[in-house]
Amino acid sequence: MMSLESMRGQVAIAGVGHAGLGEAHGYTEMEVLAQAASRAVADAGLTMRDIDGLATCSSSATMWSMPVAEYLGLRPRYIESTMLGGSSFVSHLLPSVMALVSGQCNAVLVCYGSTQKTATFGRKEGVKARTLLDPQPFEYPYSPLQPVTSYALAAARHMHQYGTTREQLAEVAVAARAWAALNPEAAMREPLSIEDVLRSRPVSDPLTVRDCCLVSDGGGAYVMVRADRARQLRQPPVYVLGSATAVWNRQISSMEDLTVTAAAESGKRALAMAGLNVADVDVAELYDAFTINTLLFLEDLGFCKKGEGGAYVQGGGIAPGGRLPVNTNGGGLSCVHPGMYGIFLVIEAVRQLRAQAGERQVPGADIALVHGNGGTLSSQSTAILGGPSTR
Amino acid sequence: MHTEQAGATARGPQEQYFAALAEGRFQIQHCTACGRHQFFPRTLCMHCGATDLAWTDPAGTGTVYSFSIVRRKPEAGGDYNVALIDLDEGVRLMSRVDGVALERLRIGMPVKARVLRDAAQPLVVFDAVEAA
Repeated sequence: MMSLESMRGQVAIAGVGHAGLGEAHGYTEMEVLAQAASRAVADAGLTMRDIDGLATCSSSATMWSMPVAEYLGLRPRYIESTMLGGSSFVSHLLPSVMALVSGQCNAVLVCYGSTQKTATFGRKEGVKARTLLDPQPFEYPYSPLQPVTSYALAAARHMHQYGTTREQLAEVAVAARAWAALNPEAAMREPLSIEDVLRSRPVSDPLTVRDCCLVSDGGGAYVMVRADRARQLRQPPVYVLGSATAVWNRQISSMEDLTVTAAAESGKRALAMAGLNVADVDVAELYDAFTINTLLFLEDLGFCKKGEGGAYVQGGGIAPGGRLPVNTNGGGLSCVHPGMYGIFLVIEAVRQLRAQAGERQVPGADIALVHGNGGTLSSQSTAILGGPSTR
Repeated sequence: MHTEQAGATARGPQEQYFAALAEGRFQIQHCTACGRHQFFPRTLCMHCGATDLAWTDPAGTGTVYSFSIVRRKPEAGGDYNVALIDLDEGVRLMSRVDGVALERLRIGMPVKARVLRDAAQPLVVFDAVEAA
């Protein structure tokens, strides 16, 4: 039997691309997906004819891999369409590594597109449709404003149990904005203070609108090939050193402890596959759908002890110049969040490890930890990526 | 009443749960194999996988594990709370706390279940219990 550890670094991300960030007026979600896909393939120095593996999923279309293959003109030998919400495009890494290592296919395209902000059937309509298509009859009658109320319940419990303060939660949004100010592609770049976050419109206590991610359009894609081939291609290879996914529940009411997510499991397994510790991580991209996420993941992944996330981020701890660079593109809070953000975590990590991140570049970044979250703290997927010198 | 039924009267635990609720009765499941309770109702025990489950009437008492006040415009009905309640039997469910001002809601507050039958659908809500 082949071990996970033996697959460490055998596959690399060779190309990344995005399209339609912000508002993609006049475009469909398939069109922004396809634009991002073409850019990722070109970035790798390949053509769409080289792609024989496909990983994708959609918030609305359950059979999404088929129209994507049809649109792009692909006849994939490998198809991955596991839908875990926002973490999906991080979770697609490990099965794609296996497909490439086994020789099932030679080049995998992972891709996503959404026009939830500008489409006629957008985010609001999607949330409504899901109450019928994905019923939660033991939560829905109490009218939680989903997904924000679920995260608010976790934040309230964390504050109660560990004394985490509103100001500490706000620090997460302030740090994301400071990174966004360094990223010309970020949607929100004007200065943001702790007071601004606290004084913004309350949505679901204790969270305000500035504790919540953006609602935007956008498509993203990346291309994976075996490491030996990646070294011959156009861009510096970014190796997949470790990857793991964990799911413990779907509904927030079914979560055993609202202050501990399945990231505690996915992180441990991904680091074990990579043979690394969190101390080795130079840059972390953590799915910040809401400010509480970043605190929970810093703790669950082992960057600090349980309950100490608030203190960890305080005083610019994860802002530029802080103890750990986190969400260096500005995150879902200030850069982009087209419904499912996972693919943008990978794209930003790749840019950092290639040293192509411009003004926001983390000097000497060799190891990135990417962490995706999906549903309402339901699915957790961690990946450890390494720059050209790590293999 | 056991979870599994056969023949023309067959219906799953979810339908059984809501039927009982419509008659004013709030029930949870008890596993005859491992002795633990669970919520929401399922066809098997989430703890041990056994399929022999019995309905039981919980004491109805519990505490607020967490809550959020959802902000809504006054013309749409105003603010309301969503709470997670831990029952004394060791299960958790989403609900709301009635009969208490939103600013007086606290985590750890003792509450007691009440079945609302006049709602659009029958619903378990909780009332704050004054400390003795």
